[in-house]
Amino acid sequence: MKPAPFDYHAPQQLQEAANLLASLPNAKILAGGQSLVPMMNFRYVIVDNLVDLGGVDDLRGIAIADGWLRIGAMMRQRELETSPEIARLCPLMAEALRHVGHRQTRNRGTIGGSLAHADPAAELPAICAAYDAIVHVASVRGMRQVPFGEFSTGYMTTALQPDEMIAAIDLPVWRQGHGFGFQEFARRQGDFALAGAAALLDVGAGGVVRRAALSLFGVGQTPLRLEAAEARLNGQMLDTTLIRSAAAAAWLTEPISDIHASADYRRHLAQVLSARALTDAARRAGVDVANAL
Amino acid sequence: MGKRATRVNVNGKSYARVVEPRLTLADFLRHELNLTGTHLGCEHGVCGACTVLVDGRSTRSCLMFAVQANGAEVTTVEGLSPEGTLSVLQQAFIDNHGLQCGFCTPGMLITLTELLRETPDPSEQEVREALTGNLCRCTGYAGIVAAALDASKRLRDGGS
Repeated sequence: MKPAPFDYHAPQQLQEAANLLASLPNAKILAGGQSLVPMMNFRYVIVDNLVDLGGVDDLRGIAIADGWLRIGAMMRQRELETSPEIARLCPLMAEALRHVGHRQTRNRGTIGGSLAHADPAAELPAICAAYDAIVHVASVRGMRQVPFGEFSTGYMTTALQPDEMIAAIDLPVWRQGHGFGFQEFARRQGDFALAGAAALLDVGAGGVVRRAALSLFGVGQTPLRLEAAEARLNGQMLDTTLIRSAAAAAWLTEPISDIHASADYRRHLAQVLSARALTDAARRAGVDVANAL
Repeated sequence: MGKRATRVNVNGKSYARVVEPRLTLADFLRHELNLTGTHLGCEHGVCGACTVLVDGRSTRSCLMFAVQANGAEVTTVEGLSPEGTLSVLQQAFIDNHGLQCGFCTPGMLITLTELLRETPDPSEQEVREALTGNLCRCTGYAGIVAAALDASKRLRDGGS
């Protein structure tokens, strides 16, 4: 037994989970456990109480209403990866999920857990950033909605208070026929990305960009929306030159340096992967463009 | 810290134990049930040696507490075929030199059992992607991938 001792709680209802989280000392949520349990095994994290959400059915399911897709926080990554609704309505997420950890960790890992853990190199927070997702946060005080731009507040830090948990994530469904692209660079399949980019493009008649979203991960302390690139794309005729010019905005980022990659190398990757993600998105939106980078 | 009653069905047999919550499923299988076929390498979710099926899904048993498996059905390498026999996949590992020291083999077999159930005719790329979560440090992966592809063919041909 490697973790320090703790008491275990397995609520069946969301309200019960919120009550436990608010009343127990030094309590932490256990979702899929694929990041938390390694940290407990190393004793980086020592808790007195673990509240396991595995039995809370209120936190499961996928629902579609009024142009929004609602995903329960305890949906396993692999359930989302193989979901026909996600593939049809949110294909960018379906593509990104294939890069999340390994098959065995996706079988347990959850979308809510990934967002709450907030690793800057993680894929799912970058997808939520690209979609301007709404995070539904539950506690004994009830529910509140947090736009994803305000949810991610710093390196592995979120807007969640100690007694709060993610209940669901809302994603706006983009028009059928929109383009999407997802690119990441890692040393091996399943490793944490050194850098990555996720792109969405809605292209109107004549190849004019109606709406663009581009987010980067593994580059900053949080997922980054590359707004300068989006501004360059919006309202313009989509072609290779435009994509190259938009991707150049990645030079404005100030990436982290660590033993895996220097800031300069990450900035280079951010530009190349942005161009490739935008190129994939353009082609899927029906615009034939040459490789930009 | 309070112990908890936990009942887990492992390889078709039901086991009830009262355990500390911090006991991982891997240690539960090895120390409480003496099912030592499940190996433990890194104990932090990197090597994949401890992979078992939980309700049919490949899972790292070092990243799950036994109390979380309460009511679940677990399959370990001991449960892949009846005692004294080998599954088609296990036989293919022998025939294709898919193991040398054998330490990673239980995890490899479990992951590939799930893959072949979900994807009966995988490409080499699909096999390699499925195995990214299982580290082998001696035979290399050539024999393991060959064994997986051979097993998939034998199973599609009626399995022998």
